[in-house]
Amino acid sequence: MKLARANRLTPYVFMAPAAVIMVIALLYPLGYMVYGSFRAWDPSQNISETEFVGLKNYITLWFDPSFRESLGVTLKFAISVVAVEMVLGVGLALLLDRNIRGMSILRTLFILPMMIAPVVVGLMWRYMYHPTVGTFNRFLKSIGLDGVDWLGQHALLSVIIADIWQWTPFIFILTLAALQSLPQSALEAAKIDGAGGWQQIWHIKLPLMMPVLIVTCLLRLIDAFKVLEVILVMTEGGPGLSTEILALRISRTATEFRELGVAAAMSNYLLMLLLLLTVAMFAFNKIQTARAARLRAAVQEED
Amino acid sequence: MSDKTYDKQHPAFFALLAALIFMAVGPIVLMFVNSFKLDVDIISGTGGLLFLPTIQNYETALCDVLWYELDHMDFCSLKFGGAFANSLVIALVSTFLTLVLGCMAAYALVRFKFMGRDTASLTTLMVRMVPPAVLLVPVFGLWNNEFCIGKTTMVGELIRDMFGGRGDICLAGTHSGIILIYVAMNLPFVIWILQSFIVQVPHSLEEAARMDGANPFQIFFLVVLPIIKPGLAAAAIFTFRIAWNEYLLASALSDRDTKTVPILIVNNMSEFNVEWGVIMATGMLLAIPPIIFTLLASRQIITGMTAGAVKG
Repeated sequence: MKLARANRLTPYVFMAPAAVIMVIALLYPLGYMVYGSFRAWDPSQNISETEFVGLKNYITLWFDPSFRESLGVTLKFAISVVAVEMVLGVGLALLLDRNIRGMSILRTLFILPMMIAPVVVGLMWRYMYHPTVGTFNRFLKSIGLDGVDWLGQHALLSVIIADIWQWTPFIFILTLAALQSLPQSALEAAKIDGAGGWQQIWHIKLPLMMPVLIVTCLLRLIDAFKVLEVILVMTEGGPGLSTEILALRISRTATEFRELGVAAAMSNYLLMLLLLLTVAMFAFNKIQTARAARLRAAVQEED
Repeated sequence: MSDKTYDKQHPAFFALLAALIFMAVGPIVLMFVNSFKLDVDIISGTGGLLFLPTIQNYETALCDVLWYELDHMDFCSLKFGGAFANSLVIALVSTFLTLVLGCMAAYALVRFKFMGRDTASLTTLMVRMVPPAVLLVPVFGLWNNEFCIGKTTMVGELIRDMFGGRGDICLAGTHSGIILIYVAMNLPFVIWILQSFIVQVPHSLEEAARMDGANPFQIFFLVVLPIIKPGLAAAAIFTFRIAWNEYLLASALSDRDTKTVPILIVNNMSEFNVEWGVIMATGMLLAIPPIIFTLLASRQIITGMTAGAVKG
């Protein structure tokens, strides 16, 4: 006990280095950004020389059609990517949750796309989508069809496909892990009661996995708003604004248009959106833990 | 593993497995194959695998570190070797720092009750969602204007001696500037993952060490750390992956001498006439370290991924 008192400072010593770094390089910059978003800020200026403009940046953005378009593209991208990936990933996991040879090889090869640099992923897909030398069009032509203008007319779809390729494995692997840790007793009981494959999936597996699935989905959604490099390399946001997601627009506003104040305000909009998602995830987790605790307590009382 | 029995499956399953593997790995293999082709072969597209492999693309990419003269080019414009070294230094140093700081913080959050613990834990969770693009503006401003040390002060000289960089001793344009933001960016994630590993370390072990008179630091470094090695491996790979692959912040913070490989690739992609062979060779070189990690430590990666997501 005496030792514990003497070591009261210990947790702070353990915590301090990480806390200092995060405050200096994460929290302070975020505060700085919020402060800067209320100012007319040019990259050549020091922030103390800038003029306070109130909510002007936010209001300008709100009525700026290209910002709205970019927000729309971002939402379209994030939602469709996550929806397709969830369906594909969970479907594949349910299908492949068997004791088959080669499963570990499959999983290893499946995580490769996630580990490779987004820049390289963009590079690969840009090559494959190339109108004349690209793999897809060459294949289409070899079977006698017309080539598709992948990164022109169907740019957003093409970008979505590339992201699905890269991130479906993430959901697949998390779902598979969740499936394999399901209580066997429930499945056995269902089998004895004569539940078919589909019934087991609908009434047992999916409901039991729901907590994991929702967390996975929200994690993926948060990450989908972070995507930038793949799109930058594939289309540079074009043609027009058709694939210019918010992250890309922020970086262009800051570097090309040189309006740091507006870019900061835009970052804040994006941040608020993500904050909402994070709070949702957090709240969901809390509810889940509380429910689990309640259930456990109930079971113990019965015993 | 070898005595494990497998269920007999319909052949269609193996067909599906093969198709999935083909889809997952196909693009990577395609890039690998193309990086050994001359541009002429890539553009004419004659016969998928019937071509004369050449390492000329790799030679062009690595021209600034090769010890022999190249015949096919007179001027080495692509400074890939230097960028590769920058990437390596930045990724390794930031991974190391993130791990050390991250596991200490995770340990404090899991094992101690202290004032501000909930705040710290909540903040860590919240900042995890901040995208790099959001950090772009403030980091650009701060690193260029505020995080500067006077040229003449001792610390300033020390930093310049250690990490290079030229001119003012602002953080922008130095390796340490990029490392700082990578460490900060990765810390929340690493803390999050490692927490779920530290929770599993049996209390009794630590108690026993305490009985033997070990202080908290000895307990942490000699008892806890060795047990959570798999977690550390997973966290290290994830951190390395982000630091190695990141483009946006590095492009805002680096100057001519501190460019990393992703910047080099993006710059070469935006040119009008893309030299596919060379760019795919550079892409392949950038992709090789993560691929090696994946093949060596896929089990740890998967454990880390599931631990991070499921434990919330």
